[in-house]
Amino acid sequence: MGLSPVGILALQGDVREHRAVMESLGHHVVSVKTPGDLEAVSAMVLPGGESTAISLLLKSSGLLSPLRQRIADGMPTFGTCAGLVLLARSILDGRADQVQLDGIDAVVRRNGFGRQRFSFETRAEGAGPLQGMSLPAVFIRAPLIESVGDDVEILATIDRDGEDTAVLIRQGSVLAGSFHPELTSDRRCHEVFSTMVEQGTVHTTL
Amino acid sequence: MTEHDTSRTTGTFTVKRGLADMLRGGVIMDVVNAEQARIAEDAGAVAVMALERVPSDIRRDGGVARMSDPALIEEIQAAVSVPVMAKARIGHFAEAQILQALGVDYIDESEVLTPADEANHIDKWAFEIPFVCGATNLGEALRRIAEGACLIRSKGEAGTGNVVEAVRHLRSINASIREIRQADANELFTIAKNHQAPIGLIQEIAETGKLPVPLFCAGGISTPADAALVLQLGAEAVFVGSGIFKSSNPQLFARAIVEATTHYEDAAVVAKVSRGLGAAMAGLETATLESRYAERGW
Repeated sequence: MGLSPVGILALQGDVREHRAVMESLGHHVVSVKTPGDLEAVSAMVLPGGESTAISLLLKSSGLLSPLRQRIADGMPTFGTCAGLVLLARSILDGRADQVQLDGIDAVVRRNGFGRQRFSFETRAEGAGPLQGMSLPAVFIRAPLIESVGDDVEILATIDRDGEDTAVLIRQGSVLAGSFHPELTSDRRCHEVFSTMVEQGTVHTTL
Repeated sequence: MTEHDTSRTTGTFTVKRGLADMLRGGVIMDVVNAEQARIAEDAGAVAVMALERVPSDIRRDGGVARMSDPALIEEIQAAVSVPVMAKARIGHFAEAQILQALGVDYIDESEVLTPADEANHIDKWAFEIPFVCGATNLGEALRRIAEGACLIRSKGEAGTGNVVEAVRHLRSINASIREIRQADANELFTIAKNHQAPIGLIQEIAETGKLPVPLFCAGGISTPADAALVLQLGAEAVFVGSGIFKSSNPQLFARAIVEATTHYEDAAVVAKVSRGLGAAMAGLETATLESRYAERGW
């Protein structure tokens, strides 16, 4: 059985890197720029980019409402950086007109680590399916996950001023991270998503 | 906000190049004050370039063009949440140091300003803030990358509203990349010599088939159709200088160029956003220019 097509939101951002990782995991990948494109996929990746620009383009392309509906209906969705900002239920330091896909119960501060000169690389410590793993993690003007709801699983953390800070979180069929696994050669975060895609597909075809 | 943690490494090539990757598929707009910066952000700019005069005004005024006043850059940083870039003169590493101290997100070592050094560009490896540099051909692009640039933009001819030079530079860079892809290993050394470029970077292109950093387009883009053209020619994002705020309706032009950059392969969308825009900026014929900015730098 071939794996179901995975869509990548291709309005703006580092689309190509996510595409390369998902293809290397055996998925058929489709760029999504219109509501018609969205209908053809059974999972979505929301890449890194500028969340203000992507917000506007989600509205003008007509994707906003069908995408929000698909996510609410349980479509497996993975967002990194700007993708996390779009998925989070609550945004701090965002713009008033920023769109929210309402995918994951988290409070996220845009650019929470500061400007580009504070962008950094580090290792994140895995939990749950990534337990015991040390993940290379690239943070670029990254959003900061300030808090998560009770139903949210924390799959990776970094040390921030002596405290564990969540950097990869999951709730139901939504996975979201504040860093960029797609900018490294480490595929383990995408493998977690790939498993969610396969399980999601099995679930809907039963 | 400052963050101090010894387990973190800042200013790595991955982190510097990574921001360029996040800007792909977007529009970076020149702005000269906070109001323009907000208009740009509202229209969907992925970043703004803070400067005192847009290139067409620099061209008109003549004289020496320098780094912008730090107060202006700070005003623009305070006005928007998207990345803020600023320009330093070619070779003027002290201006670049000031821009780094201001915390700009990207430094453009730019031929639009008057060069400060006729022989040397800035050693960009010495900076934590990433640099973008212009190039008219592949050799120039690779020399800038060897100096530490994390993003290349085709130079075009800034301030003209004429896309012809941007097209020439993009086509030249991509034609050279195609030549390298088809060359065998023995030929790469002579290709490196001909391009006056480091052999290691030529070999990397032979292997990957693309430039080691993202390639954006600048210089003369003034309509949604121009954006769609250069994206189809292989540019991964566009810088728009005078084209937005010298047009008859900056809000509309900015919005339309953003849409055209995303949907560059869908002519129906580009047609839709091009409708009823009003007058684009007045253009200049490049053959009659007194000063060609693209010839600055080497």
